[in-house]
Amino acid sequence: MRRWQLASFALFFGLWELAGRWPVSPAFPPFSSTFLAFIEMLRDGSLGKAYLVTAQPLLLGVALCALAGIAFGIGMGLSRTIEWLSLPVFIILQAAPMAAIIPLLTYMYGIGLTSKVLAVIMLAAPVIVMNSYKGIRNTPPSLLQMCRSFQGTRVQEVVKIVLPHAAALIFTGLRLGLAMGFIGIVIAELLITPTGIGDLISYHGSTADYPKMFATIASIVAVAAISLHLLQRLEQRLFP
Amino acid sequence: MIVEVKGIGKTYDNGVEALRDVNLAFPQGQLTTLLGPSGCGKTTLLKIIAGLIPRNAGEVLVKGKPVDGPGPERAFVFQDFALLPWADVLRNVAFGLELRGVERKEREETARRYIAEVGLKGFEHRHPNQLSGGMRQRVGLARALTVNADIILMDEPFSSVDEQTRRKFQEDLLDLLRHHQKTVIFVTHSIEEAAYLSDQIALLSPRPGRVSKVINPNVDRMKTPDEIRRDRGYLDTVDEIWGMLRQYV
Repeated sequence: MRRWQLASFALFFGLWELAGRWPVSPAFPPFSSTFLAFIEMLRDGSLGKAYLVTAQPLLLGVALCALAGIAFGIGMGLSRTIEWLSLPVFIILQAAPMAAIIPLLTYMYGIGLTSKVLAVIMLAAPVIVMNSYKGIRNTPPSLLQMCRSFQGTRVQEVVKIVLPHAAALIFTGLRLGLAMGFIGIVIAELLITPTGIGDLISYHGSTADYPKMFATIASIVAVAAISLHLLQRLEQRLFP
Repeated sequence: MIVEVKGIGKTYDNGVEALRDVNLAFPQGQLTTLLGPSGCGKTTLLKIIAGLIPRNAGEVLVKGKPVDGPGPERAFVFQDFALLPWADVLRNVAFGLELRGVERKEREETARRYIAEVGLKGFEHRHPNQLSGGMRQRVGLARALTVNADIILMDEPFSSVDEQTRRKFQEDLLDLLRHHQKTVIFVTHSIEEAAYLSDQIALLSPRPGRVSKVINPNVDRMKTPDEIRRDRGYLDTVDEIWGMLRQYV
């Protein structure tokens, strides 16, 4: 299994190398020069510096979503009133094309950190809220009846049954929220003002340093894929 | 009569009338079966007695007093077991006591005793997904026993247990309940199960559910399980029930 996965990566990079050397387009560098550009950017620290900048709004946004979004989703799951008030908003947010809405943030909140954090929140919040909400709502009715049959109180029902049952889905929501957050931050850094990773991509693009541009893009794909994979592994261990 | 139901009626929100004017009495220390075809409202009746769903008419008397919700003198065993998947057997069995605020050491001690009684000693730290259907229902039964209720309500407890396990479980159940002198109200759709287990069988007719007959099987309980299954009284009871029920199928 492992070997097959490695083989598929080797095949992919091999085809990339071929396509770059052919070349498909002068703006499409082969894998080898992209990889060398990546090493160079690691060495001169520009990649590390960019990630420090990008990480701020990303982590801040996802953390805010984790706190407020989970609380909100739980509230929606437990209270019909909160559900009635807010469910339509999140269903619309989930379906809305975010790239079209993010430029609006610039008009309202300028080009600073606030706009970027908000961009992350707008993408990550719906999936985090909806997963928490569904986790609460999907509690098996027989477990609730069991609790009542032993004269459990509403508080015991929530603390001992509803929340533990929802925990796995809430965690899944966080993981998917982070995935959406990656999308949000890259869009924000490309659309609002170029900073961090977005700055590296647009700068190297504008100076026609395509290997560095591709290396940056590939690196954000790799960072997102690896961190989400690790979270998934953690999830499988926590909630078998 | 430890439990009595008088004039129970139940119509669901969707307009389906599940029960109409059901009157029944359940003698102390005996096992009464609610038997009938699917859709006759037998589970509904059991859950009304448990206080888990509201009724539209009539009253439930437990030890002579009308009740409106669950109470400590009644414990429920669920068809789908209703075990906490994230908790081990020990915590699941002790869960009824946990909800009542019994201190951990004390409730686990009690739980261990009942785990041994239902034959699950050694499985205290397994999780429900590591157990077979029969073993899961033993956990459900042990949980109902730990709270020391006089009345055990069982909703088709063996329906997702395979045939061989079921027979053994039925025999163990009879032993246990006789030993603890529990009053049991038992829902099933299996005629053989009803005839084998019951002191009293209430036959329900379908839609709306009403008591069509109460049968007291004449089975000598002192016999061994295999003798009972060949007993004249047992076989006659099975025939009598089938004679009544065939008109509904």
